[in-house]
Amino acid sequence: MLDKAQVLHVARLARLELSDDEVDRMAAELSHVLDHIEKIRELDLEGVPPTSHVVDVVNVLRADEPTPPLPREVILAAAPEPLNDGFGVPSPGAQ
Amino acid sequence: MSDLIDLTAAQAAERIGAGEIDPAELFEAYRQRAAADELNAFTWVAEAPPTGDGRAQTPLKGVPIAAKDLFCTEGVPSQSGSRILEGYRPPYTATVIQKLADAGAPLLAKTNQDEFAMGSSNENSGFGPVLNPWDRRRVPGGSSGGSAAAVAAGLAPWAIGTDTGGSIRQPAALCGIVGLKPTYGACSRYGMIAFASSLDQAGPLTRDVTDAALILRNTIGRDPHDSTSLEFPGTIELPSAEDLKGIRLGVPEDLTGAEGGIEPGVMDNFKQTLALAQRLGASIEPCRLPHAPHALSAYYLIAPAEASANLARFDAVRYGLRVAGDEDLTTMYSRTREEGFGAEVKRRIMLGTYALSSGYYDAYYGTAQKVRTRIADDFRAAFERFDFIVTPTSPCTAFELGSKTDDPLAMYLNDFLAVPMSLAGIPAISIPSGLSDGLPVGFQLAGPAFSESRLIDAAYALERAIEFDGSPARG
Amino acid sequence: MAEYEPVIGLEIHVQLNTRTKMFCGCRLSSGDPPNIHTCPTCLGLPGALPVVNGRAIHFGIMIGLALGCEIAERSLFHRKNYFYPDLPKGYQISQYDVPLCLGGHLGDVRIHRVHLEEDAAKLNHLGTSGRIHGSDRSWVDFNRGGTPLVEIVTEPDIRSPEQAREWLILLRTTLRQLGVSDVDMSQGSLRCDANVSIRPAGTTQLGTKTELKNMNSFAFLERGVRAEIERQERLLAAGEEVVQETLHFDPVSGSLTPLRSKEEAHDYRYFPEPDLVPLLATEEMVAAARADLPAELPAERAQRFEQKLGLHADTAKLFAYRAELGDYFERALAAAGADGARNGDGALEPAELSNWIPQLVERIGSDADPATSNVTPESLATLATMVKAKEVSRDAAREVLTMLVQEGGDPRAIVQREGLGAITAEDDGLAEIVDRAIAADPAAADQVRSGNMKAIGPLVGFVMRETKGRADGGEITRLIRERLSS
Repeated sequence: MLDKAQVLHVARLARLELSDDEVDRMAAELSHVLDHIEKIRELDLEGVPPTSHVVDVVNVLRADEPTPPLPREVILAAAPEPLNDGFGVPSPGAQ
Repeated sequence: MSDLIDLTAAQAAERIGAGEIDPAELFEAYRQRAAADELNAFTWVAEAPPTGDGRAQTPLKGVPIAAKDLFCTEGVPSQSGSRILEGYRPPYTATVIQKLADAGAPLLAKTNQDEFAMGSSNENSGFGPVLNPWDRRRVPGGSSGGSAAAVAAGLAPWAIGTDTGGSIRQPAALCGIVGLKPTYGACSRYGMIAFASSLDQAGPLTRDVTDAALILRNTIGRDPHDSTSLEFPGTIELPSAEDLKGIRLGVPEDLTGAEGGIEPGVMDNFKQTLALAQRLGASIEPCRLPHAPHALSAYYLIAPAEASANLARFDAVRYGLRVAGDEDLTTMYSRTREEGFGAEVKRRIMLGTYALSSGYYDAYYGTAQKVRTRIADDFRAAFERFDFIVTPTSPCTAFELGSKTDDPLAMYLNDFLAVPMSLAGIPAISIPSGLSDGLPVGFQLAGPAFSESRLIDAAYALERAIEFDGSPARG
Repeated sequence: MAEYEPVIGLEIHVQLNTRTKMFCGCRLSSGDPPNIHTCPTCLGLPGALPVVNGRAIHFGIMIGLALGCEIAERSLFHRKNYFYPDLPKGYQISQYDVPLCLGGHLGDVRIHRVHLEEDAAKLNHLGTSGRIHGSDRSWVDFNRGGTPLVEIVTEPDIRSPEQAREWLILLRTTLRQLGVSDVDMSQGSLRCDANVSIRPAGTTQLGTKTELKNMNSFAFLERGVRAEIERQERLLAAGEEVVQETLHFDPVSGSLTPLRSKEEAHDYRYFPEPDLVPLLATEEMVAAARADLPAELPAERAQRFEQKLGLHADTAKLFAYRAELGDYFERALAAAGADGARNGDGALEPAELSNWIPQLVERIGSDADPATSNVTPESLATLATMVKAKEVSRDAAREVLTMLVQEGGDPRAIVQREGLGAITAEDDGLAEIVDRAIAADPAAADQVRSGNMKAIGPLVGFVMRETKGRADGGEITRLIRERLSS
């Protein structure tokens, strides 16, 4: 039920460069899983509110008070490409 | 030294408090065992005991704890079992880990896990599978497989893991130890590398129920860093119950009656445990959870959907693996994620992305969230007649490595008894209830939200009566 | 060829001037060194979680009240999912189908919705121009990432580029008065995109709309919208169709270029943010926001100017929408009130005083704030009062104003120094000059005698020149007619 084109579309949305084998396998595996999962669509859920939040709590708000930041050298230490005191990336225009 | 590792954490803490054991000696004993581990249970082991002697005054007295790889531990690798985060050392520590350290349980090691907590066998780890100490040809369960194996094998006194759809309870069952998933919101998620935000919860994996209570007591509490964390009403009492008089147990036949769902050996053990509970004074009756059979489907839409968004931050920009950094941006993203994520993670990202995508949201994610409401309603109704709902924790005992990796759906089906409680956000505990063909079986009790103290007490009474012997796994 | 009517809606993003970010306690920054205001949350580190800034909610409700919106009793945050280097989590926490505010209006434009979200980080480009094209490497500064944003979306009620500009000015003045934002387009604390379509005049069906981005000044907004309307008109005139797309307006060249889409049509896959809990706008919260609203907002001020002070409707709006003009005017009015009492002689009408503001604005530049000029409100009031009391002619007063703009000071002193005091009929000199004017142009004089009033112009002009504009034109005309009718 999930064809190759759909798999490629979803992979693009998810930024996954799947190999051809993977695309085929994924189509089969996801279809198989979805076949099973599909069954919930047969339930009568008319008027049932979706659970968007599990805890019965509202308005968790924080005071507008500053907290200490992380030191820059610490955060850049993890960067794949530190550049100009920031995080280097290929330019988005260059596509 | 073998005496030391046969003590439960609570016993060790008591002896330390009485001056009979030196916490540094205890730490070193475990550290050496962990460093010599052959089960691949660890992703990192401390090189030396912690300095300082402040732990004498703390509740946990310096009894060291192993933490699942996905807990951020400052300066220590925290990879959530994934190559995309291989070697990543965070600049901060997860709240529950800090609370445990402050309570006197320093970090002994980080444990192996299924990648991004996605799995039921620990075969999805980017750092190799974990072996079950009861039988090294078999899986320990997942995703907290390393934590469970480590505790069962006596390589750590206790461990903290996470449970999203059974990831504490199921490995605990397969390894013959105790595993507890608290009420959603009871423990802070700050610093836990996220899988599914509305389901993830930190919880203990321990030798016995008392140890689990000790960890829980020192990890609960509202955290200003986590908007979904709550102030736990009341306190966590250490268990003391000697029987189950007046306790009403409900058996949900919508789950336990599932055709071909549960292995005969597991079912036999379950029935024996029920009989034992009855002898202890509990009443046992069937109960209805009409929507529970659909919990697995709802779970495998909600969890992957949330995960697909939670894992979008792994984009090679600020940390983690980078591949093809000299190519264009889209290629860098897509190749990094293709190489850095394992097959199961990719599968779930795809499933989750699809479930949220335009035109499919209502049918999939939207429907799943409605099913979830119904499941929570079912439990609420059941708890008007019953104190606890009981099931086997896992439909099977530890299976052989590689036996289910070809069929994702077969692997997902391992979770069907644990997932309903996760969706409803209610607490559940698994205790070892015996062996089937020499392999451990787990018994699960689930209670209403915030019923942990009573739940633990009931589990304790049962544990006393079962007298499970976990020492064979400790070698 | 059919007449087309433009249909314009605006989408505005306002950076709030809270002390800290929307979902973490990092300070807001401006022009600071890169990446010094970050934490696990706004960096999107693994395991980090958001916590809502209560003050941002307070500001959001204030904005909703000021715009006459319904404040939602219950609203939710949603995740808006897409990949870009300035988006650390790979999703933005925003609001989707349950926003903080719905409905409302400002001036004559209806508001569709108002919601809260977090700002993206700043993507900088290496290369000579600093522009994205032609650079190969970019780098991200996360200081800005997480800044609280309010997004305001209007209904497509705007019908001209001028109206778009004027309305945005009104919005900016309103928000500035609320004190919730610096609303500075050049700094990026006020950002505006426009949705533009055209349709045959008199019809109701909407045409295909395009989205215009990158108009970072009021002038550019007006020009960009105008350019797009013209482009669409040319397309339709050529029998082609308008394609739905996003366009980048270049103010230097005036050109509109389709933006290369970041990816294909966005599928944002919105779902409720599981790391946050619902927001209930309680009575207390709304009351607290209402208490922080200023006594009078620009739209109300315009009404008061028109109805209570008798200003012309357009003038009332101009002074209210551009608060600096309104503030200056009211200070001058207060000064004139005191002055008028002293002069005793028929107090200056507000409408009369108001006419002098455009005169001042003409001399200092249309975007300047009169309060920063050399002309104090008190001196403008004095000048206007002197004209009313006929101490100086209107023309002479304009000269004085020019001098005030250049050197400041007191108008009375300037009049004295320059000898610009009014010449009135009581001065003999004026009567003598009128006689000379009549003698110099007997033809015109005869015309006037025979009833042709239009011919009086050259005679008046003669006297004006002779008196160097110090006599009031109306006075001169009256005198000439008197002389010629006797």
